Amino acid sequence: MSTGNDRPLRLLLIIISVLFILLMLVTPLVVILVEAFRSGLEAYTKAVTDPYALKALKLTGLATVAAVVLNTAFGLAAAWAITRFSFRGKGLLTTFIDIPFAVSPIIAGLVFILTFGRLSYLHPFLAAHELKVVFATPGIILATVFVTLPFVAREIIPVLEARGTDEEQAAALMGAGFLTIFRRITFPHIRWALLYSVILCAARAMGEFGAVSVVSGHLRGKTNTLPLHVEILYNEYQFTAAFAVSSVLVAAAIFILVARNIVEFTARKESDYVR
Amino acid sequence: MKKILALSLGLAAFIGVALAGSLQAAELEITNVSYDPTRELYDSYNKAFQKYWKGAKGQEVTIVQSHGGSGKQARAVIEGNEADVVTLALAYDITEIEKAGLIKPGWQKEFPSNSSPYTSTIVFLVRKGNPKALKDWGDLAKDGVGIITPNPKTSGGARWNYLAALAWADKQYKGDQKAVKDFITKVFKNVLVLDTGARGSTNTFVQNGQGDVLLAWENEAYLAIKEKPGEYEIITPSLSILAEPPVAIVDEVVAKRGTQELATEYLKYLYSDDGQRIAGKNYYRPSNPEIAKEFANVFDLKVNLVNIDDPLFGGWDKVQAEHFNDGGVFDQIYTPPAK
Repeated sequence: MSTGNDRPLRLLLIIISVLFILLMLVTPLVVILVEAFRSGLEAYTKAVTDPYALKALKLTGLATVAAVVLNTAFGLAAAWAITRFSFRGKGLLTTFIDIPFAVSPIIAGLVFILTFGRLSYLHPFLAAHELKVVFATPGIILATVFVTLPFVAREIIPVLEARGTDEEQAAALMGAGFLTIFRRITFPHIRWALLYSVILCAARAMGEFGAVSVVSGHLRGKTNTLPLHVEILYNEYQFTAAFAVSSVLVAAAIFILVARNIVEFTARKESDYVR
Repeated sequence: MKKILALSLGLAAFIGVALAGSLQAAELEITNVSYDPTRELYDSYNKAFQKYWKGAKGQEVTIVQSHGGSGKQARAVIEGNEADVVTLALAYDITEIEKAGLIKPGWQKEFPSNSSPYTSTIVFLVRKGNPKALKDWGDLAKDGVGIITPNPKTSGGARWNYLAALAWADKQYKGDQKAVKDFITKVFKNVLVLDTGARGSTNTFVQNGQGDVLLAWENEAYLAIKEKPGEYEIITPSLSILAEPPVAIVDEVVAKRGTQELATEYLKYLYSDDGQRIAGKNYYRPSNPEIAKEFANVFDLKVNLVNIDDPLFGGWDKVQAEHFNDGGVFDQIYTPPAK
């Protein structure tokens, strides 16, 4: 490919990429940090330790953990089922897993309102059992789980497919049970893919805005996640506080990116999982 | 493998504890679902009410606030966002909640002054020196004027904006319906950005520097001036509208939660001298004329205001059906700018 006179092209492509990244990613990040500390460290600390901010942080953490745990369990089960068994409707299941990627988060939120809201068919049952789904914590969790549903399954299916089933069949022939096979053969192959997908899932869950905004009802201190809290602060002329809280989300994102790179690096060194 | 199992068990336990923690909150609490520009008003009012309640009853009370476009907020209450009280931008949005069965009919007679403890009006916020020389509604239809207003479909303030323009045009063109419609069409052709709520529009105008004029609640305009002194001017048009943002108890919710007394006192206290002064300080016109006089140096109390029940409008039900429902006049005159 390298023929000597593609140097100008190479240079041009590199310049375009670097400039684009600088303009689109680095500058906004710098702006967030500058704005966050504009009124000094004291104002920053006050904004991020404000009781409403802490409650929002707690809710975002809860929704993220729930999304990761539920989607890991679901993703493993679905990936295993799809790659190891043949059954009617397999193609349909595979397609359905992708729906959250295709549907706008706003629509997802509205669907939950229509399913669990006061005007839904389920409402009399929910009200009779004093269950609140939308405009309460379960709704926030549900919306977050929905938008992050495909991550784990999507990451693990190709790995399992590439491995084939030979080793597992051999183990089964030798009398190993399901759990032994999963623990000793399948899991070691997918662990890096799994970790990688969990990291992506967590990143997406933390930042989710659209679907959560619809089901939240914006009850301060109750159904406000961190991204929603940023919007509220911005709307209340508390710009420094808005950027300070944003910087917490940015820090979490950077932490996740670093973790992702470590995972990728270690995985490449240690196993056959290559992205 | 064992580590992973232990880890997931730990996470599950954490979720369990967190959920249990959120369930045990059985303290005295009410939720106030309000519209967009009342954020600062209820921030200070809630503190005053908490102090008052502590003094009168010796109880700590938590007030959960929610803000957004008035129509959107009403929708959320109808869909199950449990508000003990609603304090919205206009009566129609509360009537919608009433129609959904959450509020008993007659709510607007439950508290004084049409259940509106404070009123406001619509003014123009322009950039310092008024570079486009915008003095009255007629100037908004001129070519090259960039207008910022929220969307009448989702925002209460935006509906007041629209109706104020309509009232002026009706007087100006002496009831010539075609001329009035042409005027409104021209005004909305000049709209650059339609946000969903009043505060979104203010941010578009103030923070993002878009447009020449913001059609705004009087209180919202004063607040913008307070935030950025010396950068803006308020223009009071020759005629505007008396905007009555009413309050109501959501009967279904207070019955379920047993918060009837607290919710009633919460809204009643808005009419106390203390509550009225807090409204005035946040640039809402107190409904008590005596207290309003204390703010005579802030508000132009003599401005010519028409009321929603004026024969021109005939009340919210008529106005909503004629202008703002799908296929109504607003849909006919407004086409989103082609970009």
